[in-house]
Amino acid sequence: MFSRAYKTAVTVPPLVWVAVFLLVPYLLMFGYSFWSVSPAQTIVHTWNLENYKELLQKPVYWQTLLRSMWIAARVMLFSLLLGYPLAYFLSFYAGKRKDLLYQMVIIPLWVSYLVRAYAWKTILGADGVLNTSLQYAHLINHPLDFLLYSPFAVVLTLTHIYTPFAFLPIYAALEHIPRNLVEASHDLGATPAQTFWKVIFPLSIPGVLAGATFAFVLSLGDFLAPLLLGGPSGIMISNIVVSLFGAAYNWPLGAAISLGMLVLVVSLLFFSERLEKKWSFS
Amino acid sequence: MELLVSGPANASRSRWLLAHAATVFAFLYFPIAVLILYSFNGQGVGGFPPHNLTLDWYRMLFGDGAIWDSVFNSLQVAFAAMAISLMFGVPAALALDRAQFTGKAVFRRLVLLPLILPGIITGLSLAMLFKLTNVKTSLLTIILGHGTALISVATTEVFAGLQKLDRAQEEASLDLGANYWQTFWRVTMPNLKLSIIGAALLIFTLSMDEIAVSFFLIGRDNTLPLEIWGRLRRGITPEINAVSTIIFVFSLVTIVVWYRLRVRAEGSAEVGTELIDSTAYVAN
Repeated sequence: MFSRAYKTAVTVPPLVWVAVFLLVPYLLMFGYSFWSVSPAQTIVHTWNLENYKELLQKPVYWQTLLRSMWIAARVMLFSLLLGYPLAYFLSFYAGKRKDLLYQMVIIPLWVSYLVRAYAWKTILGADGVLNTSLQYAHLINHPLDFLLYSPFAVVLTLTHIYTPFAFLPIYAALEHIPRNLVEASHDLGATPAQTFWKVIFPLSIPGVLAGATFAFVLSLGDFLAPLLLGGPSGIMISNIVVSLFGAAYNWPLGAAISLGMLVLVVSLLFFSERLEKKWSFS
Repeated sequence: MELLVSGPANASRSRWLLAHAATVFAFLYFPIAVLILYSFNGQGVGGFPPHNLTLDWYRMLFGDGAIWDSVFNSLQVAFAAMAISLMFGVPAALALDRAQFTGKAVFRRLVLLPLILPGIITGLSLAMLFKLTNVKTSLLTIILGHGTALISVATTEVFAGLQKLDRAQEEASLDLGANYWQTFWRVTMPNLKLSIIGAALLIFTLSMDEIAVSFFLIGRDNTLPLEIWGRLRRGITPEINAVSTIIFVFSLVTIVVWYRLRVRAEGSAEVGTELIDSTAYVAN
């Protein structure tokens, strides 16, 4: 029913814009990753594989990537452990308060991410809220110094930030489960535990996968929480890209790392999507 | 659902779930509560219990020119980014819904990629584009960055709206002699009003808070998050708590207004769920 002109009018402008401001930059980054920097800090436009060689040879990059993945895996696990039972409670037990509670999970998402990371810093610091209140209660004599500037602080903060992201798709999946399936399971004599593990949980797996992917991928690329709360032992892969962009002025190496992250993220999305398809019963 | 909550085993189970839910909510709101409480604390951001409650930090904040400049910059960026994202994101949703063209699948994935890709990748790649074309970084480059990255938000929200739209209305309009332009403004757009307002609010909020892309594209003028970021690196001050509290109150008012608006129109308000569902489009 839509004319050719209509289709052209809605297709061409976004296509051109996205090509210029997304496709070209990503391709440019690909190109940069094969260039290098001269000692005088100018970009040398000769094609070589030096950046990739350096990434494979220097252990610091692998170690940081593995640490980032380990941090992201913990954030994913804790977000699911917090998010799943919450989503289950809201969907099956909250009754009339469901909508209000749902909004209450969403509201923290509207509070600046930077500000929430900052709030944790004021809580975990040596004279932060947690240490001073523990001292006030005479539970400890000296401030606990492992709280801030550690991977622990990064995992805690990112879990706080990404729990709502893990919650949302799980809640959506639970809400889509036809309630008569649950009733049928009861009527046929299944215990509540059996109903949960054999009916509800399997049907919610696509939501769990989506939530897990969100928490993992978003925390993997984070650079703010590690810089603000991580200390030297909490540095993540994005921090390396940021420092290569700034002080070190090695954009080509930064491009190579970014490209590696891009490939990693896109393949994770690809696999999680395949898994979600496998587990969806519709 | 009475079946599920009856019986002693279920009662203990729901008690356990209730306790877990209460714990998660406490965890989610504890830092926000601390943030607000300590914005009134005379002794600064640390120390327990808080005492010498004061409005000094707010007074200091209102006299702080640099913060207000950055707020003004951020507002400019957010409004301009909103305009760009909607200008290209709405047609992109229409194109994905009703046009067939080569490379459509690639286009869809590309548009949505900035949603899930670490912001630093989008930021760095745009910095390379501007470097190569000799464009000096400024608020304008940040606007282009936000505007482009957030097309994804406009496209997902509007695409979801289009799925609910009754095509027959548009068909009737065309049959009755309205041209495409008239049909678009008088039938399609009014039906998409809520999706567009929702998208605009999300884009605005995300842009006001954006830091990863901005970090690579910043010129001389700071946006609010980068101004806060700069101060945090020099040391923490309750002024940050004060400005955050004000922003929180503003966001809260926005959400409540939006919620009312959408509930009145549709009976439910799942803000942003389209975004969550959209990861599917990125991957497959």
